[in-house]
Amino acid sequence: MDFSLLLKHYDLLLTGAKLTVVMTVGAITLGVILGTLLGLMRIARLSILRAVSGVYLQIFRGTPMLLQIAFLYFALPPIFGSGIWKNPFIPDAALAGIVALGLNSGAYIAEIIRSGIQGVDIGQTEAARALGLSHLQTMQLVIMPQAFRRVIPPLCNEFIVLLKDTSLVSAIGAKELMYQARAMGAKYYEYFVFMVGAAIIYFCLTFVLTQISNYIERRLAVSD
Amino acid sequence: MIKVYGLHKYFGKNHVLRGIDLEVAKGSVVCIIGPSGSGKSTLLRCMNLLETPNEGQVLIDGVDITAAGHNIDELRAEAGMVFQRFNLFPHMTVLDNITLAPMKVRKVSQAEAEKQAHEVLRRVGLEEKAPAYPKQLSGGQQQRVAIARALAMKPKLFLFDEPTSALDPELVGEVLDVMKGMALEGTTMVVVTHEMQFAKEVADRVIFMDGGVIMEEGPPELIFSQPQNDRTKAFLDRVL
Repeated sequence: MDFSLLLKHYDLLLTGAKLTVVMTVGAITLGVILGTLLGLMRIARLSILRAVSGVYLQIFRGTPMLLQIAFLYFALPPIFGSGIWKNPFIPDAALAGIVALGLNSGAYIAEIIRSGIQGVDIGQTEAARALGLSHLQTMQLVIMPQAFRRVIPPLCNEFIVLLKDTSLVSAIGAKELMYQARAMGAKYYEYFVFMVGAAIIYFCLTFVLTQISNYIERRLAVSD
Repeated sequence: MIKVYGLHKYFGKNHVLRGIDLEVAKGSVVCIIGPSGSGKSTLLRCMNLLETPNEGQVLIDGVDITAAGHNIDELRAEAGMVFQRFNLFPHMTVLDNITLAPMKVRKVSQAEAEKQAHEVLRRVGLEEKAPAYPKQLSGGQQQRVAIARALAMKPKLFLFDEPTSALDPELVGEVLDVMKGMALEGTTMVVVTHEMQFAKEVADRVIFMDGGVIMEEGPPELIFSQPQNDRTKAFLDRVL
């Protein structure tokens, strides 16, 4: 075991980690927007909205993430054109990975949002409506602020899962942390040190996420 | 003030209200008593459309609130409601709980809403609790804040849904005192309650409900001393 290799090549792992972070942030952004929309659709009064979001959930929770990633990267370009993932900012594979992860986590975040809203006591809605507030005002001023507190811990959990799942995108050639660790391991035939190196970086990243979540939770608990 | 005609309500196959007719005059206090499951709360909740009746009409000041085409939100604001479980908004201070609806529904300015909030808090004896959060208050104090919150909207009538049933016995008195004060000031009140002593002292009229119908009604001295209906007698024997 030659740990000096790690000191010599840690910058390649960090380059990979940078792409991991970029993909995580991108996927979280997409997942939260999509998940909020789908979560609200799940409890909408219009049954067609509930149905659409229900089917979406079934599909994305019912198939493997790795398949979804590969599907977007390999199966879509022949249909929609080989350049669909081309962009001036990040490698094609990384963009396909972000979209796949975002679409997938959107399904899980939708359930978190739905249960967060439905977990607020029905008496809160009744009190607000009895005072003459409209449905929209009730959601915005009374239900959402309370739901927000409830969804922070499960959302943080989902973000950590998402961060780790970016490693799956290495399968389509995005040069993120996992990809770099494997490539270096193969090059020097020294997997142990590079895998340990990557594991340490993943751990540090998730640790920071957990600390941020704990901080937000504590802040919200003060005024509760 | 409020008139109810031929009200029916089903929950699925469960026929909860079976034809209710009721009138509450302006400035009067009506107490609704009866065993649990008799439809008392459902009747109350139909009066501000928290439940939509399947049949029948509810008129407030001559306006049929069950008819189509009304702005239900505006009508609801005319009937202040106090719940068994208080239902204060836990993420807001007492002051914000009270000013929210006047500002958002009545479009009162913040300064004016806060002035009114301090007035209604004084009426329920909790002026110093304005900056507190609900969970820092006792159950009795929370319910008094809930009453203040309803008062701030200056509704035409008040609906009380078992306002003391979730309270520790030693906290019931302070809530009933506030309600007695409101009754003395000529507030129109419909009160679903298990507090028979309160009904005796304060009600102008007592209604006994059982099985989704009004079995008997009249002034409290008659209902409590000479009930005519056998079920009223049986119920009063159990609770008094």
